[in-house]
Amino acid sequence: MRITIKYFGLIAEVTQCEEETIQFSGHLISEVLEILHSKYTELKNKNFQVAQNQELVFLETRVTGQELALLPPFAGG
Amino acid sequence: MTDKKPKSVFKQGAISSEFIGESIAKHQTKTSIGAHNIFLGQVRADVIDGKAVAAIEYTAYEDMANQKFSEIREATFDKFELTCMHIYHSLGIVKAGEICLFVFVSSPRRKVVFEALEYIVEEIKAHVPVFGKEIFEDDSHQWKVNN
Repeated sequence: MRITIKYFGLIAEVTQCEEETIQFSGHLISEVLEILHSKYTELKNKNFQVAQNQELVFLETRVTGQELALLPPFAGG
Repeated sequence: MTDKKPKSVFKQGAISSEFIGESIAKHQTKTSIGAHNIFLGQVRADVIDGKAVAAIEYTAYEDMANQKFSEIREATFDKFELTCMHIYHSLGIVKAGEICLFVFVSSPRRKVVFEALEYIVEEIKAHVPVFGKEIFEDDSHQWKVNN
């Protein structure tokens, strides 16, 4: 399946892009992160949460094939 | 009368004192209100390694942020007896000393507005995906983290 991944803040600085679409044949969020960690080695040193369809998810959550986002620490207000 | 319809939360740039003043004035017709409470978040010129923060550039995962603001609004109306509630957050550059967050709650009585305002601000800081790039006077930067 194809999934769109959005990057924000310091994560977008690491990836050098704000959004990309990847081909994914696994099942879990953790497997998506494995792909991203090998593509962007510096990600391992960064603190972020993952959202799927605008809700925070866990590493063992199943990928449902829509929109993921890597969210660095929040700084609103 | 409750004011529950979703509003756009994000504003480009700083929130002006004129805008805040006009928001207060608009409530003069709502005469069931006996108490307002207002939170204004202001960009602080923190000094880090001898360099002062000149501005913060805010970005957001806007779709998720608007959904979170909407959930916070719903939860607040459920928990507290409010007449109305308004939340505005800046996007883009806000200079040190300028306002980046404006939360405004109103109720017939005072106690509830103190509690509701703190609840809303803490929820925003914890759950809304807004990101802040702290830009120093020499154009270097670091990323702000809420604690």
